[in-house]
Amino acid sequence: MSRTAIITAIQRGLKRGPLPTDQQAMLTSRLKTHPRGPIPARGQLDLPGRIALFTKQAEREFATVAHLATLAEIPTAIAAYLARLNLPPTLTISPHPALRAIPFAATPALQIRSGTALPAESTCLTLAFAGIAETGTLLLPSGPQTPTTNNILPDNSLVLLPAARLTASYEDAFDLLRAEQALPRNVMLITGPSRSADIEQTLELGAHGPRRLHILILDGQG
Amino acid sequence: MLQSLAAFKENATSAIGNAGLQRALARAKPHFAKKRQAAIDLLPEFEALREAAKNIKDHTIAHLDFYLETYAAAVEASGGTVHWCSTAQDAREAVLKICRDAGVRTVTKGKSMVTEEIALNPYLEANGITPVETDLGEYILQLRGETPSHIIAPAFHLNREDWEESFRKSHTDLPADRIFRERRDLLTEARGKLREKFLTADAGITGANFLIAESGTSVIVTNEGNGDLTQTLPRVHIVVTSIEKVVPTIEDTLSFLRVLARSATGQEMSVYTTFSTGPRRAADTDGPQEYHVVLLDNGRSAMAGTEFQDMLRCIRCAACMNHCPVYGAIGGHAYGSIYPGPMGAVLTPMLSGIDAAGNLPNASTFCGKCESVCPVKIPLPNLMRHWREREFERHLSPPAQRYGLAIWAWFAKRPALYRAATRAAALGLGFMGRKQGRLAWLPFAGAWTKTRDFPAPEGATFFAQYAARQKARNQ
Repeated sequence: MSRTAIITAIQRGLKRGPLPTDQQAMLTSRLKTHPRGPIPARGQLDLPGRIALFTKQAEREFATVAHLATLAEIPTAIAAYLARLNLPPTLTISPHPALRAIPFAATPALQIRSGTALPAESTCLTLAFAGIAETGTLLLPSGPQTPTTNNILPDNSLVLLPAARLTASYEDAFDLLRAEQALPRNVMLITGPSRSADIEQTLELGAHGPRRLHILILDGQG
Repeated sequence: MLQSLAAFKENATSAIGNAGLQRALARAKPHFAKKRQAAIDLLPEFEALREAAKNIKDHTIAHLDFYLETYAAAVEASGGTVHWCSTAQDAREAVLKICRDAGVRTVTKGKSMVTEEIALNPYLEANGITPVETDLGEYILQLRGETPSHIIAPAFHLNREDWEESFRKSHTDLPADRIFRERRDLLTEARGKLREKFLTADAGITGANFLIAESGTSVIVTNEGNGDLTQTLPRVHIVVTSIEKVVPTIEDTLSFLRVLARSATGQEMSVYTTFSTGPRRAADTDGPQEYHVVLLDNGRSAMAGTEFQDMLRCIRCAACMNHCPVYGAIGGHAYGSIYPGPMGAVLTPMLSGIDAAGNLPNASTFCGKCESVCPVKIPLPNLMRHWREREFERHLSPPAQRYGLAIWAWFAKRPALYRAATRAAALGLGFMGRKQGRLAWLPFAGAWTKTRDFPAPEGATFFAQYAARQKARNQ
């Protein structure tokens, strides 16, 4: 009932009935072509430029960034990161083939589990679908191999970002997503670790999501 | 606390005398304005984006029926359910029915102004369902039994000692002699308390910053991550939102995201911007099993095609109240409306009626700052003026004001007489205040001069000075 009432009230206000079919076709075509708005020039750089801008922007938002050349460097880099912050050497990795390919066996000090984060999870490693240089933002779609829970439940979030997936703008990242898969249930754009300024407008990190966001940019591989 | 709409003047007087509130206002006001300006200075394309954002909303509103139908069809196609609700009561009942059907006892809530608008929490409580606010600011307001005083910084009117006091009183299972050394200690305590709630809630209720027609997606923007825990962990996700939130595409949404955070908190991008489309997919291991959208009208459709249509563009960034001298003097609660400040002064009469909310569009100096900072260019002072006209037409304004205006108009339509009268008044007042340069009392304006002095006119009237200068220039 309400549906008809609301739609009719809108049409009455706009002083017309339902849209004629030719106009509907125009609107449908706009949905299909989904035109872009103005895109900031700042991200329009070559790959090294995008890597540099992404790093600068992510650090500005209190994320930390490490640059690694090969998959083989990841386990030691993670072990060192956890040790430096005095965090437990446990790690839950999202069950994605790209993360399973990391040779963790060579670093027995790390206790690795593959799956979805548990309630008291200390650290998760997830895979970014893309990174956006414009604001140092990560794009993380949900899926059986990339559960959303792993992005938000752990205290510490480690994210692997292949450098080749670094785009200039959000639009470029969504173009990649549209090209490679249907829109998943959930797509998160993450810019830095969780925070709140609700107490006296003073920024404090670590509200409800991860207290730390550490991004591993894999420069060497595509 | 939220005060009565009708008692705006009394509320404002008491707000000005409230030392704690004044301390909070003095802290918040320069903070927001400075951060917004700094963010805009970093983005040369901001003005172009503002224009684009305005145009997208105008395009969407002109075809709102089409985009709502398209959105609803896409939600259903992704396995979700849309509940169309004409009134606040319809929306409350829809949420309750979803909860009852799914056997929900406790719900976590992300920050949502629409759930404040429909007063959802007391209704759920009265029906045996426990809502838990999880946004840090909303959480403390729930502990204190207060309503938000700002649409994006709901608890900005509280000072640190208020937080401590409420946490000690509510978290009685923790050691009474614990010490809060820093603000961080308060945050950590709330994080621990709410973690249990996130993990055990049966349903999560969020609002939506945007609804995307092409894909049936709801978008939330948060910094804390509470909205994501709310909509990911429980088995039911309920989006409570309103019809003007719809935009056509993901790309359109991205243009809004570029102006939203910058206008609101002065961030380039909020920490978590999340696009949700339907319940969990077949192979997914997490996400809600049910996805519902409670889509509220509550007077909004009646704004289409009227002089108030521009207000449907509002994206709730709060830039207007952050820059408003009236809001800056009295805070949000004095407005007596869930939506305070300039945007609230325009929206509230639409939701509550101009006879109840007539004071709000009058609570403006018409300085125009709100319009100049609005990311979707809503002509807020003009819209307030329209409300004043409607109030005047309906004889809702006080008799003294109406007679005063009538007398003024009679003179204003007779320029020679008007000039003579103002000259006489200026001379008279100048003579009365010649000793101190100010007047402690004015005839017919006792209420005004009770709390401040009126500067005594000096020299000739504006007209006389203007004429003299023109004459000098022509010589």
